[in-house]
Amino acid sequence: MIARVLRSIGARTLDGLWRLGFASRFFIAVLMRSGTAFSRFSLTIREVYSTGVLSLIIIMVSGFFVGLVLGLQGYETLQRYGSSEALGILVALSLVRELGPVVAGLLFASRAGSALTAEIGLMKATEQLKAMDMMAVDPIARVVAPRFWGGVISMPLLAALFSMMGVFGAWFIGVVFIGVDDGAFWSQMQASVDFRYDIVNGIIKSIVFGFAVSLIAVFEGYDSAPTAEGVSRAITRTVVNSALTILALDFVLTSFMFRGIG
Amino acid sequence: MNRTVLDLWVGVFVAIGVAAVLFLALKVGNLASANIGETYRLQANFDNIGGLKPRAPVKSSGVVVGRVTEITFDPTLYVAVVKMDVDKRYVFPRDTFATILTSGLLGEQYIGFEVGGDTEMLAADATITKTQSAVVLEKLISQFMFNKAAESPQAPEQ
Repeated sequence: MIARVLRSIGARTLDGLWRLGFASRFFIAVLMRSGTAFSRFSLTIREVYSTGVLSLIIIMVSGFFVGLVLGLQGYETLQRYGSSEALGILVALSLVRELGPVVAGLLFASRAGSALTAEIGLMKATEQLKAMDMMAVDPIARVVAPRFWGGVISMPLLAALFSMMGVFGAWFIGVVFIGVDDGAFWSQMQASVDFRYDIVNGIIKSIVFGFAVSLIAVFEGYDSAPTAEGVSRAITRTVVNSALTILALDFVLTSFMFRGIG
Repeated sequence: MNRTVLDLWVGVFVAIGVAAVLFLALKVGNLASANIGETYRLQANFDNIGGLKPRAPVKSSGVVVGRVTEITFDPTLYVAVVKMDVDKRYVFPRDTFATILTSGLLGEQYIGFEVGGDTEMLAADATITKTQSAVVLEKLISQFMFNKAAESPQAPEQ
């Protein structure tokens, strides 16, 4: 009984380690064969379209609503202390540092990452990847690398758009509806949001999340069992693993970037 | 999808993405306004810096003229050594008074320069000798209480 439990724990650990190693080797392989993704850049542009442009609506609408909610809740708390003019600071810092990269990353994983996994998984299930291999076309260079780089390019832009729409949403609810002073809203925001410390760190976060989500998406697709069930499981794993990876990486990056000295 | 339409959409996407970054940098952040160009280093020793932190502003007459870069403790003199970068456009007399002030009642702390009348100016890497420490609220209150306590025995005689 105990031996069986221990054996299953051991098997899970080994399986996880094996997948981690395989994913790292896969990452190196994608990087090594990325030449095609840049020499035939139209392949990558097509993927920027399907991961970036098609995610625009959901990212911008979500960013706007997150901004509206932040504006309302922030005002509700700040006005108790008579400092409702600090609404701009609150909203801008929380969006630029945390919510922009993280929520945009989560949306990106569920909107674009799942689509990437489904596409590659279905290509594998219908043996298109094998057919390419037989025609001496490298599927990693032709199919995987452009999708990976398309995701990496799209993610920081989407995160910046999310933050911008959020600030705009908070301005809309705070200044237009509630009546916080327009000048104080922007000037206090500008006085305390530092370009290098806050905005650049937020952009670095979104780039890291872009690499992580894109890699997980293409890896799960490439690694999926070539059946209908296997593809659906791979998609679920993409969304779950991306979400966990984003949140864990966010904690690590935050603890390195923001040490409360600012 | 048609190649030209695809390129157009990706172009629009990248353009508004870059515009969003610019918006964050210029409208939300301080890249446009508080970007201090050329700076020189000044140093000041304080008995007590209170809650002063690196990157706190250095102000003269309320205008930001520099930023605190580094705060260390000098173990021989037992004072806090504050290093700051000051904008090269502004020079200050040698008897300038550096004071740690608080913006508002509970706001952040900053260094205020009160300009003196010396004709010689502070050079780069100079040390400001005239400094005043941060006001510590507890000390202020206890001082006030002791003064009150010292006064009170006389009160019944009046």
